Amino acid sequence: MRATLKAERQGDQAVVTGAGTWLVDQADWLAVRLRRLPVRLAGVRQVSLDLGGIERLDTSGAWLIARTERRLQDAGVEVTTEPPQGPGDADLLQHVRSLPLAHPRLAEPPGAVVALLGRVGRAMEEAGRLAVALLGFYGAIFLRTAAALARPRQIRWTALAHHIEQTGLGAVGITALLSFLIGLVMAWQGATQLVRFGADIFTVDLLAIAVLRELGVLLTAIIVAGRTASAFTAQIGAMVLNEEIDAMRVIGIDPIDTLVLPRFFALLLAMPILTFIADAAALLGGAMVVLFELNIPWVQMVGRFGEVATLTHLLVGLVKAPVFAFAIALIGCWNGLRVERNAESVGRMTTQSVVASIFLVIVVDALFSILFVRLGI
Amino acid sequence: MADLDPIIEVQGLVTRFGERTIHDGLDLTVRRGEVLGLVGGSGSGKSVLMRTILGLLRPSAGTIRLLGADLASLSRDKLVALRSRTGVLFQDAALFSTLTVAENAQVPMRERFGWPKSLLAEMACLKIALVGLPDDARDKYPSELSGGMRKRAGLARSIAIDPEVLFLDEPTAGLDPIAASAFDELILQLSRTLGLTVVMITHDLDSLMRITDRVAALINGRAVVAPIDELRRLDDPWLRQYFGGPRGRAALEAGQAAG
Repeated sequence: MRATLKAERQGDQAVVTGAGTWLVDQADWLAVRLRRLPVRLAGVRQVSLDLGGIERLDTSGAWLIARTERRLQDAGVEVTTEPPQGPGDADLLQHVRSLPLAHPRLAEPPGAVVALLGRVGRAMEEAGRLAVALLGFYGAIFLRTAAALARPRQIRWTALAHHIEQTGLGAVGITALLSFLIGLVMAWQGATQLVRFGADIFTVDLLAIAVLRELGVLLTAIIVAGRTASAFTAQIGAMVLNEEIDAMRVIGIDPIDTLVLPRFFALLLAMPILTFIADAAALLGGAMVVLFELNIPWVQMVGRFGEVATLTHLLVGLVKAPVFAFAIALIGCWNGLRVERNAESVGRMTTQSVVASIFLVIVVDALFSILFVRLGI
Repeated sequence: MADLDPIIEVQGLVTRFGERTIHDGLDLTVRRGEVLGLVGGSGSGKSVLMRTILGLLRPSAGTIRLLGADLASLSRDKLVALRSRTGVLFQDAALFSTLTVAENAQVPMRERFGWPKSLLAEMACLKIALVGLPDDARDKYPSELSGGMRKRAGLARSIAIDPEVLFLDEPTAGLDPIAASAFDELILQLSRTLGLTVVMITHDLDSLMRITDRVAALINGRAVVAPIDELRRLDDPWLRQYFGGPRGRAALEAGQAAG
């Protein structure tokens, strides 16, 4: 069964006859024809809508009728409507007519360039807002740290120990294993090039400097960013979701004292140790290649290593560890506290934590490189 | 008013999960145009019954005729077509969280008819106005809405393509009394103006009193169906507790005072 629509005009009067089933599956067909109606009937002063032949009507059909009436009236046409005869249909039509319905704004999609500019602008505004908020959080951490140092009894030692275990001890295995493998690969790649020049022994130099200054700490930071920044965000975020943070504030506990500071200092302490372990593991991996692939006697290798690997190189690497830890903990905890009260937001913030903290670690590392070059270290 | 044309016929329905029998020879007829309340204790199989009628669950035995078609004999395509003549409001509205309210209401229309954008937008506006949401709610995301508004938005989506029968799973649960009464009124008004048949799972005695034509109580795997006034007088231990408790009495008194 289909809807039908017929329009006849005589001078400045017209009769529009609708019949059939005016249901939702006919809406597209009807909408197109009814939209053309005011154009087709241009110049007509009186329209009588004879809808008595409509057998079935639903809200879609009723809306199309109401919309057509309104458009004709807006064009200055006098409309008289003979409503459909089905039970309740006239009431339905009347109800739909009475709805306070503003016309849908069909926003024209902006052009590609405008859309791009809009996106860039919004992103910049958001970035600026976030930078200010992050700075505020950074300041709050310093204030609370000062307050905690003034009253050391209030420091949450148990929480601190727990987080050192979680972020430090828990990461030893994965950090050592990955560093060992990277050291192995590095030495292998270096050695295959250096052997061609008969400079096998310089594999030790390559490895010692690269691992101690850059690789050990960077690798540790990236593992910790993936492992710990996400954990911080998810843990704190789940508490926000559960209104635990609000509960703490109401009881008079500062969430920065209980949640943020222990995580912060735990990571600050654990990162240098993890970095040291990573350094050792990577060097061990490299040593495997030097000893068993290049067949350099171990006495010679250790001697060469002793000459190359100065304390400066080790410290250049280690000094970065707490700074990276700071960046990772800052991002992880801050994003956790920014979680909104819906489950989706925990996932989004956790992802963002990992990406942002790895980004920050690499940027800070680049800044350190510039600094060390300028200082001549 | 309800005529006697059955829109849902359930005969001898048996549902078993492992050892547990949920429905044991359940019979239920829903008439066109009526508002049927579905009550029962926790675990009595109200939601299971709704899912079975929608063809989301396969019964262990028995036949179900929805809008005149036997569910067991339908092909996948026919079942999909049949489901598009039904609307469901799930308990927490189940709005798609990545879409705005208007886009949510457009989903069924777009999937079913593939209308042009202007018609989609127009029809979404209509449905949103029908459920009594303000214009500025259209472009909001579900997370920005209050509980009552979310339910209304869910209702807008479930009536998007003018279903003949509407299933509501605890529509007033979690709403404050004012929002709950307003929602009851809305359902009543929609069922009258749109000629909707409504099957409503609810624990809300005020809703039952206010808007149902008949009530089906699921007791021991079977359905006892009657207008609420008759149901109250039946001699059944569960029904006596249900209507005889302090909440039940208060709702009944309020209902009688009002009606």
